[in-house]
Amino acid sequence: MLAYIIRRFIYAIPILIGVNVLTFMLFFIVNSPDDMARAHLGQKHVTSQAIANWKQQHGYDKPLFYNPQTSGVNGYSDTLFFQKSVGLFAFDFGVSDAGRDIGADIKQRMWPSLALALPVLLVGLLTNITFAMLMAFFRGTYLDITGVILCVVMMSVSALFYIIGGQYLVGKLLHLVPISGYDTGLQAFKFVLLPVIIGVIGGVGAGSRWYRTIYLEEINKDYVRTGRAKGLSELTVLFKHVLKNALVPILTGVVVVIPTLFLGSLLMESFFGIPGLGSYTIDAIQQQDFAIVRAMVFLGSVLYIVGLILTDISYTLVDPRIRLQ
Amino acid sequence: MFNLKHRAHGCVLVAILILSVFLSGCGDKDQTLNNPYRAKDKHANIYYSAFAERPKTLDPARSYTSNETLFTSQIYEPPLQYHYLKRPYTLVPLTATQVPQPIYLDANGKVLPEDAPANKIATSVYEIKIKPDIFYQPHPAFAKDERGNYVYHKLKIDDLAEIDTLSDFKRQGTRRLLAEDYVYQIKRLAHPELQSPIFGLMSKHIVGMQAYAQVLREYYDEQRKQHGEDTYLDLRAYDLAGVEVVDANTYRIKIKGKYPQILYWLAMPFFAPIPWEADYFYSQPGMQANNISFDWFPVGTGPYMLSENNPNRRMVLSRNPNYHGDTYPTQGEEGDAAQGLLQRAGQSLPFIDSYVFSLEKETIPRWNKFLQGYYDQSAISSDSFEQSVKVGSDGQAHLTPEMRDKGIRLNTSTGTATYYYGFNMLDEVVGGNSARARLLRRAISIALDQEEYISIFLNGRGIPAQGPLPPGIFGYREGEAGANAQVYEWHNDKAQRKTLAQAKQLLAQAGYPDGRDAKTGEPLVLNYDTPASSGPDDKARLEWMRKQFDKLGIQLNVRATQYNRFQEKMRSGNAQIFSWGWLADYPDPENFLFLLYGPNGKVKFGGENASNYTNKKFDRLFEKMRSMPNGPQRQAVIDEMLELVRYDAPWVWGFHPQNFSLTHAWLSPTKPNEIANNTLKYLALAPKQRAKARALWNSPIFWPLGVGFGIFVLALVPVGIRYWRKEHRPLRKKKLGGS
Repeated sequence: MLAYIIRRFIYAIPILIGVNVLTFMLFFIVNSPDDMARAHLGQKHVTSQAIANWKQQHGYDKPLFYNPQTSGVNGYSDTLFFQKSVGLFAFDFGVSDAGRDIGADIKQRMWPSLALALPVLLVGLLTNITFAMLMAFFRGTYLDITGVILCVVMMSVSALFYIIGGQYLVGKLLHLVPISGYDTGLQAFKFVLLPVIIGVIGGVGAGSRWYRTIYLEEINKDYVRTGRAKGLSELTVLFKHVLKNALVPILTGVVVVIPTLFLGSLLMESFFGIPGLGSYTIDAIQQQDFAIVRAMVFLGSVLYIVGLILTDISYTLVDPRIRLQ
Repeated sequence: MFNLKHRAHGCVLVAILILSVFLSGCGDKDQTLNNPYRAKDKHANIYYSAFAERPKTLDPARSYTSNETLFTSQIYEPPLQYHYLKRPYTLVPLTATQVPQPIYLDANGKVLPEDAPANKIATSVYEIKIKPDIFYQPHPAFAKDERGNYVYHKLKIDDLAEIDTLSDFKRQGTRRLLAEDYVYQIKRLAHPELQSPIFGLMSKHIVGMQAYAQVLREYYDEQRKQHGEDTYLDLRAYDLAGVEVVDANTYRIKIKGKYPQILYWLAMPFFAPIPWEADYFYSQPGMQANNISFDWFPVGTGPYMLSENNPNRRMVLSRNPNYHGDTYPTQGEEGDAAQGLLQRAGQSLPFIDSYVFSLEKETIPRWNKFLQGYYDQSAISSDSFEQSVKVGSDGQAHLTPEMRDKGIRLNTSTGTATYYYGFNMLDEVVGGNSARARLLRRAISIALDQEEYISIFLNGRGIPAQGPLPPGIFGYREGEAGANAQVYEWHNDKAQRKTLAQAKQLLAQAGYPDGRDAKTGEPLVLNYDTPASSGPDDKARLEWMRKQFDKLGIQLNVRATQYNRFQEKMRSGNAQIFSWGWLADYPDPENFLFLLYGPNGKVKFGGENASNYTNKKFDRLFEKMRSMPNGPQRQAVIDEMLELVRYDAPWVWGFHPQNFSLTHAWLSPTKPNEIANNTLKYLALAPKQRAKARALWNSPIFWPLGVGFGIFVLALVPVGIRYWRKEHRPLRKKKLGGS
């Protein structure tokens, strides 16, 4: 398995380089270094000299991918792409164009994101699995039909509606939790309670329907019939045998997102004033802070790759027939 | 069994812990569950507000935007400030002993009289004397050991391993404010690493500034080769010709020619003092990597210091224990006393212990928290306008009964800003000085109905502009004398926009009857460039613009682009009609009229004259006006300039925004100030009154939870019945069949 994991990590290197090239190309198609300088220096009284100085100071005065003014390897290394990318592969994210250390900001902002995303994932998983199981248990009955209709309705409603509606009902009308905000330690509980509930409710529709499909596929298999023939109760069949066998497709969707959990949720964090990483990239794009954009895209790619590897590993844990070679 | 018991105990403990946190303070009848702040601060003298966008930097040499000066202006003290109550805006001393009067010198260094013509003045010298015994806030950069050596001036990277913020340094110190600190900061404006936004402007005015920047650049590059990124440039070692220290409390600034507007700049944080110790302290290795720099940890002498700086969550300003003290003004305008603005006259400042600003990006939660009493002050977004304000038949804005019941107060002020539609004067169709183009521009000026725009898109919060100068700026005239006769007619003591028929007549005279070229018969198609805001009103605004031109039969091609592209078009002159705005730096007409000054043209000179308007007479008058003192003579010159630009119509004079804000009853009456930012020291609040109101407005309602739980239980009943039937009925049937 170790060889497999090492191989996967080696495969990841060209992927990350590719992602980085794409990020550079897309960013600089939309923004020129002059635009970036203006965005940082402000709108008033900015001189062309100040723009030139800013670009030089931040290393944006170099060509993007190839420097014709130098020869040999320097033609590729004395470029914006190379200078700004090398550090990323050593996980040195450097300093944002506004002057803040990106690594320090990520460390600070990942915990609030995690405090929100982890409970949403766990409680949501539990809720979705239970609800889907019940629908599978009552398949074909009016309870199943009602459940499916409810799921379709819930997944059709915009996430924004859940957020604003939840804030209005629970925070504004009932005065049970703060409408928005965040605090550290245990005090964070009262701030994340409502967003977690909303996150779970918002995900029930799509999640439960997906899991119901998986269970219905499993429920008609021979081992289920055997279990029933043995006289096992329906609940035992479902929660002990079907659940275990349905774990592979569930894991595909769940394990891959675990490493990316601390990257946060833009909408949720923005409306609830949670100082996580969700809005970090979007803010950076708006402020044309390329240093943060490339760092976050790189980090997101790395974590996604790690998530995929973890998913592969988890298969071997839940299905003994799978071996990683 | 043992494990299970332990697990059960653990679960119970966790549940109790969570509940106790959630319900902490519930025993207190005044405590509310939705309070976002700690219970212990219930009666604290703390002001709560929000910020929507995190500041980019708090370095006074670089920060310029309002979300940055909100903080820097409370911490840093430049020599001058604006009087809190007096209007028109009046400069008064802050750390200076008095507002400095310039000494004019000719080219030979001979002193000239005060009324010497501007073209004879080679240099203006401003000597600024600062008050003695002003001390800096506590800061580790000043901390000294028993031998008098700085404790934290020889730090190594390892020493900073556990340091995240300034309070992690055990020792703090202070020192007296010196004139050299002001000089140090002026030198910083030319620092090659800082890129101060006003360097370009100041290098035109401060003697030797441009050459000084080149000298610094050379030394800095040399030092950087040796020391890398953590290079410290000791600015005390390099003299700037235009700034000198006279003695410990006095310094001089030498200005090229006559530039009286420098006094306004001396009221901005750009000219606040910076102690060299702090600059040295922040330049040490490892500081930047821990985000410890002037960008995030200001060092000032003002009434407040930044005690918590987390731009990702909240920023806290606390009382500076070393503050030199100041008193609330004893004089104001007529009517200020009646509004309660002089209740605290002569009392010591500041009144509030601490200011907590939380990051709140969305307007809906911010507004709701204001209504719950968790923010003390709020702006009014278009979403909440209907709920808070209604415009009466008298045209005046009044609070709705809901707001009045809560004791909320409405504060209004006209912004020192102007928003306009510009014509690119370099364009062949709409630009130039020909009679045809001028008539076309004037026809469009009449058709673009600003009153309608203000009513539809601003909820009435704006006044139609009669020229580039907004109210509150010297030169602006009220009433008929200030009306733009090219667009308005004066009837019944009111300016009334000229009719569409008059606009069409002008259009026909311009050679475009009914919006068609009289020679070719082709429809007139004009291009409108605007930055796309992606706001909810964006589409409606653009549609409104099309309709305004359609009234004249002109087809409008809207080219909404990203702001970067828009700016690029403006710089290259690749625009025909565009919309833009200007927010005053200081309350002087020069700061608006220079937007139409020829040598400030954007395409040719890279200046702020975006319409590239050129009129030699206007330019001559501008050069005369900018160095004149306020008075009837200056007013006459401004009147003449305004008549010229109204006639030429390089802009469609848009509107000046009106700012509405709401304050709770427990906050002292406030006077909106569109220019000064250091006004937090004048606010006062009644924390007990606030705590009472919060408790009254936020008592928790639990019964819907019970109802919800009941519905959930009821929903489980058919599930249970169905389950029971599924598990048992077939068996019973079987048994019955068997018997």
